[in-house]
Amino acid sequence: MSKDSAPAAQETDQEPDLPVAHSETPSLGALFLAFARMSLAGFGGVLVFARQAIVDQHRWMTADEFNETFALCHFLPGPNIVNLSMVFGARLRGIAGGVAAFTGLLLPPTLIMMVLAIIYARFGDVDVLRRSLAGISCAAVGLLIAVVFRMMTPLLKRVDVAALILMLGVFAAIGVLRLPLQEVLLVAIPVSIGVTFLVRRKVAA
Amino acid sequence: MNNQNPIWALISTFGLMSLFAVGGAAAAVPEMHRIAVDVHHWMSEKQFADAYAIAQLSPGPNVLIVTLIGYTVAGIPGALAATLAMCLPTALLAYYVSRLLSRPSRSRWPSLIQAALVPLSIGLMAASALILAQSTDRSIAALLLTATVAVIAAVSRVNPLWLLLAGGLLGFAGIVQ
Repeated sequence: MSKDSAPAAQETDQEPDLPVAHSETPSLGALFLAFARMSLAGFGGVLVFARQAIVDQHRWMTADEFNETFALCHFLPGPNIVNLSMVFGARLRGIAGGVAAFTGLLLPPTLIMMVLAIIYARFGDVDVLRRSLAGISCAAVGLLIAVVFRMMTPLLKRVDVAALILMLGVFAAIGVLRLPLQEVLLVAIPVSIGVTFLVRRKVAA
Repeated sequence: MNNQNPIWALISTFGLMSLFAVGGAAAAVPEMHRIAVDVHHWMSEKQFADAYAIAQLSPGPNVLIVTLIGYTVAGIPGALAATLAMCLPTALLAYYVSRLLSRPSRSRWPSLIQAALVPLSIGLMAASALILAQSTDRSIAALLLTATVAVIAAVSRVNPLWLLLAGGLLGFAGIVQ
């Protein structure tokens, strides 16, 4: 999860234009298989595996191209890695390539998830499974807290007061007051963009 | 939309939600919880926490918690409908936007918008953690387990899968109730 949401902008600075030769354009089947493989390897976030396969293993994109594509998918709504599969596949093979990568990414894990859903519906009340799932849930929440902490660290280090206030505001509105997401975001996004714009202009001046 | 067939309710709910899901799947969890547990009563608090745990434990993008919600509502057709509704519209949007901006990094607006969204997605993820913790951490032992995993995952690079499995073993042994 942390990997799916990691800011890509910082990575761009560290990796200058590496002139990596592109390998030849993959077939639709190869795209499907490559995305199915990275999806099934991706426990707790697919991004790391996607990057490794696309940039290092198959050399379908340079590191910079990958970062640009990911940055685009990160600021658009929706699951980032799913967006990435469509955009990436479409860059190589048009819309059919996009659909092949999208299907490869989603079909195998969705089938696994449906099997798990059937098992859960039938045996979810069995005591042993109940207890194990309770333990896994606790650990999963712990992982989420760790991700939040890691993402917060740069804001704390910079003492970015505006960002921290916005963060707390969204946390309180959604987590404590349980307000609907749409309404909170319709207020928070323009405010945050405005604040970021003003802060950057002040820094530049 | 409430008294129509459940498949349509799933499609419209998750299709709309995905368009507001900035910051990825983890940030959308509070909204999924609000819709599935509080608004439509598709799932109990406990079922939702279990679905989150299962989605974390299995491979693939974490957004597939919607597959489990969809299955609970309307079986296999529901699982497929929820998954596609959550994933396809934004993927097509990303496709069209990427064609419009063939050079996404030229303008400074993408980077500005991205920077502006970072605190919001952290706030959303923190809210997810709070909402899930309220349904899972109902004992001191459970709270301790969550806190321990949080610290270990924050300071080390242990594969998260091991931490999940350790939590499962402790639960299996009856230590976390």
